[in-house]
Amino acid sequence: MKHLFGIADLTRQQITTLLDLGESFIELSRRSLRKTPTLRGKTIINLFFENSTRTRTSFEIAGKRLSADVINISAATSATQKGETLLDTAQTLAAMRPHVLVIRHSVAGCCHFLADYLPHTAIVNAGDGAHEHPTQLLTDLLTLRQQWPSVEGKILTMVGDIAHSRVARSHLIAAATLGYHIRLVAPKTLLPQQVERYGCEIFHDFDAAIPGSDAIYMLRIQSERLTDNCAFPSVREYHEAYGLNRARLARANPGCVVMHPGPINRGVEIATDVADGAQSRILDQVEHGVAIRMAVLTTMCGGQNYDR
Amino acid sequence: MTADLCIHGGRVVDPANGIDQTADVWISDGCITGIGDFSGDATRTIDARGLVVAPGLIDMHVHLREPGQEWKEDIASGSQAAVAGGITTLCCMPNTTPTIDHAGVVRQVIERAREVGLCRLHPIAAVSKALKGKELTEMRELHRAGAVAFSDDGLPVWHAGVMRKALEYAASFGFLIIQHAEELQLTHDGCINEGWISTQLGVNGMPAAGEDTMVARDIMLCRLTGGRYHVAHISTAGAVALVRAAQAEGLPVSAEAAPHHFALTEEELLGYNTDAKMNPPLRSETDRQAVIAGLRDGTIATIATDHAPHHPDDKRCGLSCAAFGIVGLETMLPVSLQLVRDGVLTLPRLIANMGQHPAQLLGLKSGTLNIGAAADLCIFDPKRKWVVDRYQLRSKSHNTPWHGKTMTGQVIHTIMDGRIVFQLGSEE
Repeated sequence: MKHLFGIADLTRQQITTLLDLGESFIELSRRSLRKTPTLRGKTIINLFFENSTRTRTSFEIAGKRLSADVINISAATSATQKGETLLDTAQTLAAMRPHVLVIRHSVAGCCHFLADYLPHTAIVNAGDGAHEHPTQLLTDLLTLRQQWPSVEGKILTMVGDIAHSRVARSHLIAAATLGYHIRLVAPKTLLPQQVERYGCEIFHDFDAAIPGSDAIYMLRIQSERLTDNCAFPSVREYHEAYGLNRARLARANPGCVVMHPGPINRGVEIATDVADGAQSRILDQVEHGVAIRMAVLTTMCGGQNYDR
Repeated sequence: MTADLCIHGGRVVDPANGIDQTADVWISDGCITGIGDFSGDATRTIDARGLVVAPGLIDMHVHLREPGQEWKEDIASGSQAAVAGGITTLCCMPNTTPTIDHAGVVRQVIERAREVGLCRLHPIAAVSKALKGKELTEMRELHRAGAVAFSDDGLPVWHAGVMRKALEYAASFGFLIIQHAEELQLTHDGCINEGWISTQLGVNGMPAAGEDTMVARDIMLCRLTGGRYHVAHISTAGAVALVRAAQAEGLPVSAEAAPHHFALTEEELLGYNTDAKMNPPLRSETDRQAVIAGLRDGTIATIATDHAPHHPDDKRCGLSCAAFGIVGLETMLPVSLQLVRDGVLTLPRLIANMGQHPAQLLGLKSGTLNIGAAADLCIFDPKRKWVVDRYQLRSKSHNTPWHGKTMTGQVIHTIMDGRIVFQLGSEE
């Protein structure tokens, strides 16, 4: 695997291999000495053009636990403030010969675009616009694997701003590859056109989608973006229609787990008691995020690209 | 009998005169002096056997970027690209810097094209001053200076009240208003057609309804005002149906199609190809078929490129950041010839769509092989294959979605005012 742009590029076998490797790293992060020399001598640059706490920290900790040299660059401090283009910034950093460039950017497809110009650098997509977020997807799958031996046949109900969600798109693609079912729940204003062509079920009524759900996946509502866009009239109305509370959760399958890619808005898309409740896997997702990113970085630095 | 130039033995296609036959065309003093069997002495003879001899093509929708953005294109490079594509008459859009909204700019552009001397250039002047959509330009003055129509292309005339006044004022003098039909409130942050492809790519879409609603509004304003209205680069099934209905009603409504809208679909965007990004965007296969049906039944009677050169820096970025537009002058003819090969149009009808029809719409003398008319001709081999190499284009810009693709049909000679202004293979 040269790059990781999206889940669309991965086979079922590649996903399984990454999850196996990620699983082995969960244990490492719970030891008292949380470090392995696997990536000693490797350089990883985290280039983040969008605000991110958990993903960036997760990549940084993953790299450090693998003994790689990790450099973090955020748009606020980078040359882009001086008018440098994305391509020039990326080429400049690539010229310093990192082994891996981890990129988050608001422009969908930016990793595909940059890869054409950076032949010597492995690129990992840490979220590109509303396109894909493959390491979050793998994180979620690793979390679900702790729950069930296989996701095949399970029903994952995703609720919220599907239109702007890269996590949703990665799941919609992975569901077809791995054989789980997705129910999307949102008003039509938050659903992208023809999204049903992914093979998912569409609900506008959250209560109708809950029975039979094995996992409920809440997406963050960026209220400032959406009220400007008339996507919904108020946070109050949104919470009433699409917020996850205890009463709703009680109607899902027994053992249904609650997930969220974070950061959560308590009282908006998710009630506090649900976010903190026994069925919540939100913090497990964060923990598994480190393990998965260790697996991804190890894979990107390994194999035929070892001495890149 | 003597002639300066004899074009011998080609298939002469002149739809305005109902000619489609093998014949000689001879030229003297820059004018066509005869079509038939030439017997006599010609100073020069072009062997056109196996080739098509047609009126020089007209492209009524191009962006030449001069004045103001000459690093993308200028009148000289745009003219070279045009004649390499068999085009001898261009109409350039006014979104230059300064805007073509004063007679002085109209004259400057025309004068510059005369100095270059490769093809005719008729500017289209702005509808509103500085394309701001507020105050009308001095249309009579602009028309006297040489503007052949009015458009805020690149932007729609978005304000319904201004559009009404523009159509009314233009109608008073018989002028044509060309609309870039886009409801900006529906498309403002979009970068490709809204649909399954935009959903998969995770980019904002421009719904077909954005074009449909603007065309619908404008047709109602035509009915109100009697103004002559032309839809630029029509791209949606809805807009084609609206134009068809308006024409059936007898309204003075016309439309042009760009080759990319009848040759390509939004599938080109998979992989985030910024050279397939333009406005209006490549649409669905249903829309493409509707544009083809519109060409077949004559609802759409003009083909024009919307040639929009952009510097590589403006395309070498993420899809949502890339500039809208592609170059098209050098690929218009071969891409359009596919319509003939597919049986959509006969060759004479295709030629009329790139000559006679836009000439009638704009009141130009070009687009025919009338005896005594200026000798503007395009001589092409409809079967010759060539591969598009973006870096070999005469345009200064390289933003073509057809890079590396094989074209069928190639221009061999282009003649303007009886002069050979392009000859395949004769360039440096």
